[in-house]
Amino acid sequence: MSTVSTNVNPENSFQASIKDALLAAFLTGVLGFYFLALRTDIAPGGLAVTTRWGLWFSAIAIVFAGRLLLNLFVWRTDKPVTRGLLSASAGVGTALPDLGKWLGRALFAFAVILPFFFIIFFPGQQRQYIDLAILIMTYIMLGWGLNIVVGLAGLLDLGYVAFYAVGAYSFALLSTHYEFIGFWTALPLAGLLAAFWGVILGFPVLRLRGDYLAIVTLAFGEIIRVVLLNWYEFTGGPNGISGIPKPTFFGLEFSRGEGGFADFFGLEFSTIHRFVYLYYIIFLLAIITNIVTMRLRRLPVGRAWEALREDEIACRSLGINTTNTKLTAFAIGAMFGGFAGSFFATRQGFISPESFTFLESAIILAIVVLGGLGSQIGVVIASIVMIGGIEMLRNIGFLSQIFGPGFDPTQYRMLIFGLAMVLIMVWKPRGLISTREPSAVLKEKKKIGADMVAQGEGH
Amino acid sequence: MSAAAIRKPVEGAPAKWDEDPVLTVEHLTMRFGGLVAINDLSFNVGRGQITALIGPNGAGKTTVFNCVTGFYKPTEGRIVMRHGPGRQQQAIDTLTQGGLKWQATGEGAVFLLERMPDFEISHQAKVARTFQNIRLFGGMTVLENLLVAQHNVLMRASGFTLGGIVGIPSFRKAEKEAIDKAVYWLEQVHLIERADDPAGDLPYGAQRRLEIARAMCTEPQLLCLDEPAAGLNPRESAELNELLQFIRANHETSILLIEHDMGVVMEISDHIVVLDYGVKISDGDADFVRNDPSVIAAYLGVEDEEIEAAPEVASLVVEAIGEGAAKQVGIKAAAVPAAAAVAETAATADSEAASHPGKRPSGLAAAREGGPDRLTRIKGVGPVNEKKLNGLGIWHFDQVASWKKAEVEWVGSYLAFPGRIEREEWVKQAKALAKSGKGKTGGAK
Repeated sequence: MSTVSTNVNPENSFQASIKDALLAAFLTGVLGFYFLALRTDIAPGGLAVTTRWGLWFSAIAIVFAGRLLLNLFVWRTDKPVTRGLLSASAGVGTALPDLGKWLGRALFAFAVILPFFFIIFFPGQQRQYIDLAILIMTYIMLGWGLNIVVGLAGLLDLGYVAFYAVGAYSFALLSTHYEFIGFWTALPLAGLLAAFWGVILGFPVLRLRGDYLAIVTLAFGEIIRVVLLNWYEFTGGPNGISGIPKPTFFGLEFSRGEGGFADFFGLEFSTIHRFVYLYYIIFLLAIITNIVTMRLRRLPVGRAWEALREDEIACRSLGINTTNTKLTAFAIGAMFGGFAGSFFATRQGFISPESFTFLESAIILAIVVLGGLGSQIGVVIASIVMIGGIEMLRNIGFLSQIFGPGFDPTQYRMLIFGLAMVLIMVWKPRGLISTREPSAVLKEKKKIGADMVAQGEGH
Repeated sequence: MSAAAIRKPVEGAPAKWDEDPVLTVEHLTMRFGGLVAINDLSFNVGRGQITALIGPNGAGKTTVFNCVTGFYKPTEGRIVMRHGPGRQQQAIDTLTQGGLKWQATGEGAVFLLERMPDFEISHQAKVARTFQNIRLFGGMTVLENLLVAQHNVLMRASGFTLGGIVGIPSFRKAEKEAIDKAVYWLEQVHLIERADDPAGDLPYGAQRRLEIARAMCTEPQLLCLDEPAAGLNPRESAELNELLQFIRANHETSILLIEHDMGVVMEISDHIVVLDYGVKISDGDADFVRNDPSVIAAYLGVEDEEIEAAPEVASLVVEAIGEGAAKQVGIKAAAVPAAAAVAETAATADSEAASHPGKRPSGLAAAREGGPDRLTRIKGVGPVNEKKLNGLGIWHFDQVASWKKAEVEWVGSYLAFPGRIEREEWVKQAKALAKSGKGKTGGAK
């Protein structure tokens, strides 16, 4: 982008801008003619051609207007507005940590009252919104879990979803085989099993660095999924496991009639109770994840993780057993993944290997990277933007008025997703919150800029 | 290596570092494929002393460090670290025969470092090190760097994390002590004002000091410093000297350092070990090493440009062999050696002829017509060696070219660097030079 332009430049004239925009619009028209204006459908006896002139013209108009505006204000002007924007964004960058602190408090307060907020203000859509909140909260927890491995220890893990799967299947199998195991007994077991698998993964990848580490973790994630898919007798294969019990409130089930939660407290039965309860479970789990991570950062093991990310050789020269340090990072990260997995199983009531594809790993990693490696509040913002944003696309009605009734914005969500990621990475290459908070302070707490902080292996 | 070249400053009486060594390196050999980086190296590091490891570039100093600190596994040899006084020879012998890595003894403990992985060497054997290219945790604050160094102490206090998560009081106490220790070292290295700044933000000299402070926070018995004065200005160098002397005086830490800055080495070292091509060529105190002809030969046997590029080496040589002689051998100006000096060396050569193995090459009483060849054109021959060769009556390339194995062996022993003549292929070089007919003293340099 040529934001640099001289003041006596004939290219900066209004006419030149118009000319350039017209050229772009013409190209759009030519290129888009067969894709946008004409559409072929299978009709009896051959193909039927339908024309979509509205779509074609609006595409041309958007390109013309967009190009013209960019020419006038950014590319072909003496005072590009981006210059101001850049300095403004730099200001935001330095102000963001404080902003992050207040934002964190506000978000926490909102998260506490969230179910009641939706019940009171959106009575028709409360179930949908609370469900979305549960989904976002699950990804926040997963993001925080992965943040330990990628953000703190600097080990790029592309197979994190494997631990999510281990947690989910542990709970599903335990609860369907043994009557007496409910959600609350299975939860710690699922976490332990996932941590165990974290160590199993950790051992072979200890010696690997960079790209090789990423590839092996990716393969590990796929191995777990393929085993789940093919070990039919044990996991049910592609049919998955159904009939996973719902969590109970101190033994009270969220069911209609005698002995249920509503009956016990004398409330009128409503399905929303269960959603609210699920929401508070995942909220609690996520908060525990956060508190434990924040604590670990201030403990020697957490400092060793960060030191490992900065310089492994120096770590060893200081007597730090890097093998154990890496394994604890994998194990603790995996454990939180396992907790989240077991929550996922109880929420869905049904799980199958389809829920644990590489795309899930990629989304969790994208949340961590977009939020800023090692930043807790960054993960929250990125989860809300990425998970909530995609779901919001479903509700955008006006787009179909422009692009025709058949237009489904959710089909384009990956495109929009990718665009958003590119934009954020251009604007803030080290994630939304890229500064690091020191874990120990002598006199005055100073934020550490992203340019100082190393990214560890595989970035 | 002929044992005759390794002499102690006082004949007879064993040196302090041999009586009470904290570290003993015995027959250490390190091969990388076909390259022998260290060949049968043995030396001691005295308890409570500052020992310097010096030598020309590529002599294998950093490899020795990497073997001692466990970053390389030595091909052969034994590296013994001792806690507590005395040689504790019996414990070492039983340990060597057994399969253990270390053993507590009545006096303290002995460790076989070649059997231990790097992090245990730091943690158990208490050997800390710094790196030639500084390795700090740049994204962590100065204070955090020093806390990471106390990882093992804090880890134990935090009940291996579990107690720390709950917040047991003993961990809080340990953390406070750790910060106190960090503050102590920050005061010693004058970085207390910058405790909360990221380490990557510090200027170069401060980073070097912080790395030493970080190593000291592990409470080492032996501190290995890899070129601590590299890139420091004279004032910072002097401060470094003070810091090292402070550590020697106030802490039970012995220091082993690699250094090119002769000012630092000569001023603070109790004991100097000189390496060249992976073998020890000298071992003794500063005065002894300064006057050791094999050290001078090793430093002068390098190309003239290198001497000029490293003024500290040149100054060492001037100091060691006296200014007059330095002028004669022509560190700057090439000059035909004075007849008197040549006669003198010739006399010593005659008297020593029998004490060297092989055959003394036949020489000419004087250079042929047209003047002598510049023998320094042979890579590996420096001005001092040229003078010595002239003393033997060797003036021309064709004389060197005619050497057989016996002569090469004799000259190698005479010049006090056996094996180098073969390695540097003097004879082959001389043949090529004799054929080309270049290198007359009168000719351009």
